Amino acid sequence: MSELTSAAVPPIGPEDHVRGEGEGLIVYADLGCPRCAAVWAELGARRRRIVFRHFPVASKHPRSPALHAATEAAGAQGRFFEMVDSLYADHGHIDDPHLWERAERLGLELERFEADRRSDAVAARVRRDFESGIRAGVGSTPAVFDTHGRRA
Amino acid sequence: MIAAGEPAPDFTLRDQDGEEVSLADFLGRKVLLVFYPQDFSPVCGDQLSIYQEVKPEIAEKGVELLGISVDHSWAHKAFREKLGIDTTLLADFEPKGEVARAYGSYLEKLGFANRTLVLVDEEGTVAWTHEAPNPGEFPGANVIFDALGPS
Repeated sequence: MSELTSAAVPPIGPEDHVRGEGEGLIVYADLGCPRCAAVWAELGARRRRIVFRHFPVASKHPRSPALHAATEAAGAQGRFFEMVDSLYADHGHIDDPHLWERAERLGLELERFEADRRSDAVAARVRRDFESGIRAGVGSTPAVFDTHGRRA
Repeated sequence: MIAAGEPAPDFTLRDQDGEEVSLADFLGRKVLLVFYPQDFSPVCGDQLSIYQEVKPEIAEKGVELLGISVDHSWAHKAFREKLGIDTTLLADFEPKGEVARAYGSYLEKLGFANRTLVLVDEEGTVAWTHEAPNPGEFPGANVIFDALGPS
């Protein structure tokens, strides 16, 4: 099992999902969390560089793990942020058939989307972000940091 | 606040199912007491939810997690269901806050416990404590793992 002792927020790395230009913000977010949806919309409007890191609190939002996996699967086909935007825009439709609908609307290859989102590799990728958040002391979502790892 | 090195005061409280749970039941295992103000209050929810997400890692270190607040068993039962957690929650209900007082965690004027963590070792001695600066903040799970040490 992994080490979960305190550690600084990891700096932006090659694995990260980054969108936009300029001064960056690192956001640990739960795709099932309404507060995160509101903050996401606000951050989008501010047009800054944003790094999305997965922080599903599964006990609180049982669908979150599936939603985070769906974004990674979409990302494998180049549509990570589009899927994030889509999920945050509509929390009422997050069951599997709705995910397939979203995937189709984004032009994703459905069979590959399904295989990817259920894969161990995707689960591990999501878990890596989650654990970095735990180590950085994230206790509620969204948790926003600047690129130096300070709370923003 | 009780200090490391002191014996952990024994207690018997009812859990969310009305069953009696004593600290002495856990001799031979480490126990982490999580004192918190109240069920259903906003920040509380996040604290126990976060700890739930890393409960396997905590258990792997041989630590039993016990949540304690002044709420009664029925509230604990509903709260657990709402949060989707399986952490045992103990009712420090009658006499109100007696266990929290014994550990120096009770906020007299407010009538509930501050957010404090108390790690009790296998022999029943307090090994480590952490007190939040105020009831509105809570220690992240990383603070627990810092106290437990590396694998």
